Amino acid sequence: MAEFRTCPDTGFKIDLNADKLIKWNAVTAVVFLLVGGLFGLLVALTRWPAVHLLDADLFYLALTAHGLDVLLVWMIFFEIALLYFTSAILLNSRLALPKVGWLAYWMMLVGAAITNVAVLRGDSSVMFTSYPPMMAAQDFYMGILIFAVGALLGCLVFFATLYVAKKEKTYEGSVPLVTFGAITAAIIAVFTILSGAIILLPTWFWSLGLLSHIDTLMYRVIWWGMGHSSQQINVAAQISCWYAVAAILFNAKPLSEKVSRTAFLLYILFLQLASAHHLLVDPALSSEWKIFNTSYALYLAVLGSMIHGLTVPGAVEAAQRKKGYNKGLFEWLTKCPWSNPVFAGTALSVVLFGFLGGISGVMMGTEQLNLITHNTIYVPGHFHGTVVVGSTLAFMAISYWIVPTLWQKELVFPGLAKWQPYLFGIGMGLAATFMMGAGTLGVPRRHWDMTFADAAMGYDFPAAANLMMGLNGVAAVMGSLGALIFILNMVGTILWGKAKVPAPAAPAEEAPAAVASAATSHGSAGTMEVPGTFVLALIFLVSFVLYYFVNWKYLSSVWGLS
Amino acid sequence: MAIFPPEQRVWWNEPIEKSEVMWITIAFIWALVMFFMMPYWHIVGEQNLSNEAYKIKPDVYAEKVEAWAAKYKVREEGDTGIPVVHPPAGGDVYMLGRLWEWWPVVELEEGQSYRFHLSSLDWMHGWSLLPENINIQVHPGYEMIFTVKPTSSGEFGVICNEFCGIGHHTMVGKIHVVAK
Repeated sequence: MAEFRTCPDTGFKIDLNADKLIKWNAVTAVVFLLVGGLFGLLVALTRWPAVHLLDADLFYLALTAHGLDVLLVWMIFFEIALLYFTSAILLNSRLALPKVGWLAYWMMLVGAAITNVAVLRGDSSVMFTSYPPMMAAQDFYMGILIFAVGALLGCLVFFATLYVAKKEKTYEGSVPLVTFGAITAAIIAVFTILSGAIILLPTWFWSLGLLSHIDTLMYRVIWWGMGHSSQQINVAAQISCWYAVAAILFNAKPLSEKVSRTAFLLYILFLQLASAHHLLVDPALSSEWKIFNTSYALYLAVLGSMIHGLTVPGAVEAAQRKKGYNKGLFEWLTKCPWSNPVFAGTALSVVLFGFLGGISGVMMGTEQLNLITHNTIYVPGHFHGTVVVGSTLAFMAISYWIVPTLWQKELVFPGLAKWQPYLFGIGMGLAATFMMGAGTLGVPRRHWDMTFADAAMGYDFPAAANLMMGLNGVAAVMGSLGALIFILNMVGTILWGKAKVPAPAAPAEEAPAAVASAATSHGSAGTMEVPGTFVLALIFLVSFVLYYFVNWKYLSSVWGLS
Repeated sequence: MAIFPPEQRVWWNEPIEKSEVMWITIAFIWALVMFFMMPYWHIVGEQNLSNEAYKIKPDVYAEKVEAWAAKYKVREEGDTGIPVVHPPAGGDVYMLGRLWEWWPVVELEEGQSYRFHLSSLDWMHGWSLLPENINIQVHPGYEMIFTVKPTSSGEFGVICNEFCGIGHHTMVGKIHVVAK
């Protein structure tokens, strides 16, 4: 029989197995964030032309490790923790198959360790993407495969827990929206991991000498079925966190369950097509294939994100207005708890993900516009706008709630925590912006020396390009400091935090019964309930449209191609 | 509350907020605009990547490029020993990527169209024409052919922007464009 405790803050019934697994996965995630983040800092300092810290071989090693540890290991470990949280805890259920959960954990850890050792040994600096015919040591691929099987088992535990909860009737009606979002993430994860296995298994055989040839184009098509889709796991998980924070801090209920769930459904149906984003300037793929896939059919997954972009702040606005913050368009927003890191991190994540990651992603995912961005440092600029200031920041924000709640401890540095989301969000947001700026001047990604000092024939970038890579370095230092403060705060709280004194429940953490009365049922349909959010959404749309067409204008000025 | 089951068991019948309906409509129209921009640009735009590509063995491609370069070589680039090849206007242009150079240096005429052939002899490379900022992925075993029409003259750099090993950052080529 599963053993439970009751959470003093939320009233949730917590399965002790789930409790332990969530904690171990989350802590391991943070450790990899530290390791991967440090490699990222080294990369940024090397690409800062005036600093140029590492030698070429160490730079490419650090870049490979950076991509692997943060893009894959930190994100997936944290998401597995979220999956257990949104299934067992939010559904008041026992965690199914806890032994499989531990097997998953250890496989992921051992796999990540094997691949990290291969990279640090120096013979597998093939980048996160490991494109053939460049070959890494065989254990590089083997480690990723073990990690992937572990993650797949984690998804299995999640789905089994959903089944158990339904069967044992631990909740009534439909699963919560946040759990629904997590189901989205898990379904995409299964697709993603299988894509990865389909291509990395033969690649591993190839590195063992069992296969003679891996077709480079086939590799890119299938590998990006993992590489891009894994970012869609992050998006689904991150948006679930947004909804969760709106609910936890504001008792906000979704404007419409139907709309928000349909938006998640659009992800499941269309996000997988995004492998094409990486193949728009590759040979042997037709324009029809590129257009259909890169646009997720008719930009239907982008539509999903634009819907969440309205409904998350909209839910907060509606909740705030019910509390009486009704003055003008934006009183609800100015009265938000901006010094609470749970809120500040989430709010920044919503805004920066939309403006930096979202708009730039759609722009460069356009068939022809990709010609002027492909493989430039614009690309890392874009995905630091999604994975770093979108997903990572959202995960940090919710950690400020999850860690004190699960461990029942006070934060060790509450003062620093107030500033941390701004330091990290603005620092990394600026880094993303400067990278995109340098990319529009053609600065390449994954490149040790943009001055081409050792080349037989050189090329001189304009001074602005060097300046922007320098500013990117400064911004990355700022962001790294923010990440470090987060990690110190989390690890410190877990190790040395004072035990929480059961306080009278703040409005943030009301019991479900109180909530039901606070949020009245749906009475004002048909009227404009969230005018402030609607205005913000229109500002976003105008920026989007302008930026999109500015890039077409820019494209029309380059050499003719047909 | 998004962390609890929906209050109404039958949540799929609830009416949708007006602001949500308006936003979904606007966003969907914008999605359609963005979708149709791509086929539209194929019809009216001057910058579209062709779909022409062939499978080819790297050594066969190397022979083709060398024969072509020998035929139209006009001089060498500085003291590098690398040939500068000036093909007839409107004709074929070949360039190959290998560890770690783009070969040969090419001289084109402004305003003329060329059939540009591109492939790699070894690893994957990224053909990046600067400062135009036109970027194309180059695979070994695939010969890509597209029409290029230089609309400006001068000296253009071709760098590699797909990681191709320790000498990646030294992989720089050149295209000269002479005004008519």
